[in-house]
Amino acid sequence: MRLEMGHIYIKDIQFSEKSKIEDGTLYVSKEDLKEVAIEDEKLKSVSFDIARPGESVRITPVKDVIEPRVKVSGNGGVFPGVISKVDTVGSGRTYALKGMAVVTAGKIVGFQEGIIDMSGPGADYTPFSKLCNLVMVCEPADDIKPHDYEAAVRFAGFRIAAYIGELARQTTPNDIKVYETCTFKEGLEKYPGLPRVAYVQMLQSQGLLHDTYVYGVDAKKILPTILSPTETMDGAIVSGNCVSACDKNPTYVHQNNPVVEDLFAQHGKKLNFVCQIITNENVYLADKMRSSDWTAKLCKMLDLDGVIVSQEGFGNPDTDLIMNCKKIEAEGIKTVIITDEYAGRDGKSQSLADADAAADAVVTGGNANEVIILPKMEKVIGTLDYVTKIAGASEDTLHEDGSLEVELQVITGATNETGFNKLSAR
Amino acid sequence: MKDKFIVVTNNPLVLNELGAGHNTVYREISYEEILKEIRDLIHKGHKLLSHPLSGSVKPKETPYKSVLISSECGKLDVYSLKLIEQAIEACDKFEDKSSKFSKQVWEDFQLVDFELIKGAIASTAYI
Repeated sequence: MRLEMGHIYIKDIQFSEKSKIEDGTLYVSKEDLKEVAIEDEKLKSVSFDIARPGESVRITPVKDVIEPRVKVSGNGGVFPGVISKVDTVGSGRTYALKGMAVVTAGKIVGFQEGIIDMSGPGADYTPFSKLCNLVMVCEPADDIKPHDYEAAVRFAGFRIAAYIGELARQTTPNDIKVYETCTFKEGLEKYPGLPRVAYVQMLQSQGLLHDTYVYGVDAKKILPTILSPTETMDGAIVSGNCVSACDKNPTYVHQNNPVVEDLFAQHGKKLNFVCQIITNENVYLADKMRSSDWTAKLCKMLDLDGVIVSQEGFGNPDTDLIMNCKKIEAEGIKTVIITDEYAGRDGKSQSLADADAAADAVVTGGNANEVIILPKMEKVIGTLDYVTKIAGASEDTLHEDGSLEVELQVITGATNETGFNKLSAR
Repeated sequence: MKDKFIVVTNNPLVLNELGAGHNTVYREISYEEILKEIRDLIHKGHKLLSHPLSGSVKPKETPYKSVLISSECGKLDVYSLKLIEQAIEACDKFEDKSSKFSKQVWEDFQLVDFELIKGAIASTAYI
């Protein structure tokens, strides 16, 4: 499959009477945005704000981060199975608005988490502080259940991202990057001497507030399957998560997955990037056995030489990670895993809740228990009411001077397990 | 038909919703203590059917935990024992914050735990 990704660089966002993109600035009408967002009766109100890199702004509680896109040619549309029909994506031409994101925020449950600081030490831990963010704070209708509220915020975010993406349809992109995958036979003929490598992506799928959707399908109900990595780049996977901010993949990470990007960069040079395999992280142990068996089986059937496995989350998924690693290694396929660590505040505890000797090549996204002081920000978008209740925070979290003492796990994307973050160790 | 699983829980919502229809062991004890109760049941020969660290709400942050184990009691299952011991060990890495939350937050914790175990029970139909 051949995907042409056109990049349109957005340098600033401004509120305006009319929505448009001009000279690298996105102008948006609040009225237009509200109309799109409030379509869902489960939302009572949605307020919009802009947060720019370097500003003294804290966004919390963050639910999702989304890159606006528009499909200008080829099969399907943005967020297939969610916003557009389920046609297979991953070929043709798509425009992405680089340098900006739509950030959804809202208190879905009382322990909702996720902080993006746009400046200060916290900003260094989240890649989203480098983007110009259009933030939408979504208030639920009265007496709404968390399930419905989560779904309403999720869909509202995608609708807004699609609306903004559509503004770029007639824009000439600043640059175009081409990504092309081969069929299996073509790959064998074209790159006979190169190792055959695949990316196994584990998707969070434990249940309420811990979900991921593939072409609109709840990932807990899928069997491991094969995707062209261009499908992922083209919005086939979206987030339904809002727990454990540091190591869950917001939709933005799926759209810009660095493992996919880096494997493409080496495709045809050092390796043959055969495909992406997606699997899940259910709570029922037999589901884990089935999914890891299938993942290893697919790796074997594809005659792979190497696999990179990325995890999403902590605890329960550690077991899926180790099962996948053990079983793929047992097929004689070299396996590298990407995870993060909960090694205690002093970093001395066992990092993962599972382990095996086969996991002898591990990349870490950092220690989520590490403590950080976040200085007071002049402006908060969302609410700080719940900041003392988020993971990694405690009663002593809010200091008298307004600073916060928290663990890294509260920061959106801080220890991301696809490497979409700034932390690592050698 | 008799269930092939037992729900071991300290979550009152799970007891209310599932207690009447399923074999349930309910204890008013802490997150770590319920894991230890499950460990003791594993030593008696029950197998773990759902992951003891289900959910990204961390141990001790949420006070609630529900786990499925097999009704059948056989030989000690070493893999189940390994998973539960690792889960108990993981508790030490987290500060106990469950008492600091308001009633509304406790209800949210109960709901998430209930939803996750409900998902696991749905999967028991496949075996």
